[in-house]
Amino acid sequence: MVRMVLSRLVQAVPSLLGVTIIAFVLLHLSGDVTQLLLPMEAPEEVRADFRRAYGLDRPIPVQYAHYLARLLQGDFGQSFSHRRPALEVVLERLPATLELSAAALLIAVLIAIPAGIISAVKRNSIFDHLSMGLVLLGQSVPTFWLGMLMILVFAVGLHALPVSGRGSFAQLVLPSVTLAMWLLALVARLTRSGMLEVLSQDYIRTARAKGLAEFVVTARHAVRNALVPIVTVVGLQVGGLLGGAVMTEAVFAWPGVGTLVLESILKRDYPVVLAALIMVATAFVLINLLVDLLYGYLDPRVRAGAQRG
Amino acid sequence: MLAADAPESRARGDHQVLWRLVRIRTGWFGAALLMLIIGVALAAPLVAPYSFGQMSLENRLKPPNWLSGGSSTHLLGTDPLGRDMLSRVIWAARTSLGIAGISVLVALVFGVMMGLLSGYYGGWLDGLVMRLADIQLSFPYLLLAIAVMALLKPTLANLILVLALRSWVVYARTVRGSVLVAKQREFVEATAALGATDRRIITRHITPNVIAPIIVISSFQLAELIIAESSLSFLGLGVQPPTPSWGGMLSQGREYLTSAWWLGVFPGLAIILTVLCINLCGDALRYAMDPRLRV
Repeated sequence: MVRMVLSRLVQAVPSLLGVTIIAFVLLHLSGDVTQLLLPMEAPEEVRADFRRAYGLDRPIPVQYAHYLARLLQGDFGQSFSHRRPALEVVLERLPATLELSAAALLIAVLIAIPAGIISAVKRNSIFDHLSMGLVLLGQSVPTFWLGMLMILVFAVGLHALPVSGRGSFAQLVLPSVTLAMWLLALVARLTRSGMLEVLSQDYIRTARAKGLAEFVVTARHAVRNALVPIVTVVGLQVGGLLGGAVMTEAVFAWPGVGTLVLESILKRDYPVVLAALIMVATAFVLINLLVDLLYGYLDPRVRAGAQRG
Repeated sequence: MLAADAPESRARGDHQVLWRLVRIRTGWFGAALLMLIIGVALAAPLVAPYSFGQMSLENRLKPPNWLSGGSSTHLLGTDPLGRDMLSRVIWAARTSLGIAGISVLVALVFGVMMGLLSGYYGGWLDGLVMRLADIQLSFPYLLLAIAVMALLKPTLANLILVLALRSWVVYARTVRGSVLVAKQREFVEATAALGATDRRIITRHITPNVIAPIIVISSFQLAELIIAESSLSFLGLGVQPPTPSWGGMLSQGREYLTSAWWLGVFPGLAIILTVLCINLCGDALRYAMDPRLRV
């Protein structure tokens, strides 16, 4: 187990390095920072001083090597605009994004899995057709538009919920439902098809032949087996969830990492952008690792395979 | 599994056939509507009542035709510059469909090529391509796209490249998998034994085996890229004004959400309708090509 975790972490290193290289090169291709960060009338000596102070006058490979060396010591550099360590700025915003994503994940899973199971068990019922129709709709709506529509109906129209911001539970409702919708559609659909697959297996027939109640067959024999692949898919969608979080945050002015990245890119605050990208990529790797561990817990065959290998 | 399935499916057989017919019928419905949308987009200069940039300051922010205060000459109302919403939605269809379509093609050509080569030859090339795919997949795409578009100039070419970046991995991975399977088949081994060149084996014997998954992937990728493009344009990082795009119109609509809801509703409806049609086609295609899939 420990060995598997370690090897997965080692495998993640090239990916994380790749992300830093791509981000670093792009950031430095994008033009002179001093034009955005310093006043228009700043003389050339001041600009040169600024570049020297932040090491921007050296060749890009040298800058990258320095950046990496300091990164390994946990130093993500100073934010240009906040005048504080970049990591600190990012970590401040991380809880908001995690809160939003976790709430969305919870909503999606709590609704989608029961809905998918009922759809499969009551296949071709009105419930099945209705929920699969909604699933199709849910997969076709852009997150940000759904957010706007939610604001229009629930905040502007009904005055039932706040338009934007973070702090109270009421403020979490619209953004998390918005973000959840697309994942909800995906999970409901996969749960349904997974259940249909499992329900046609021999062991389900055996369970029925033993005279078990249909509820026991579904709950104990079918659901558990159908859930295994769904855990993997949900894990793989975490990236999409974080991407959707950026759009959701933009629509609801949610003070998370997404809005921070958008602001920092416009301000050319490289250290913050890089720190945010690295944190997000790391979170992504860790979540996927967690999913694999969960997978092993749900499916003992995977666990046995890992021990042998 | 099929044998075990038999008695049960005989009992449910009629339902299954019906259900399949319904699926295919919704597919046809989606395809027909999509053709209509594409037709309208292509014929924008003929169909749209106004040009997308034609302003009329005395007709600013007119609500849709059927509401009180609505103008009889502007069916879906006008924007803050007095431009006709219906015309803009129609013209934007050109932009959005065109960009997503080209991006899917670029991704298809590149991804399929990478998948064929890395699956067929294996070795270091395979390692490199799959490594690149892993790096890209280890990162939320939209965040990457935002960063790239914000840092490069938001030109059309860059936008298409960034969108194609999203999809090539899907093609490369799927095609690679199919090639690995096809390579083991007897007819491929036989052709190789007869002395066919690699090029001939790849183009004549392996490629036909990967066409079905490519078609299915393409439909879903088109839907995905339409949404990605509109997301980027919504953030101001995609299609730049004055070129109309659904995402760009929505970002204007957001500013007027409380006062002029139609600005934020109609372009969104256009996106959802288009994407829905494409997804219906995709579902039908996937189902038709592999009825065992219980989609």
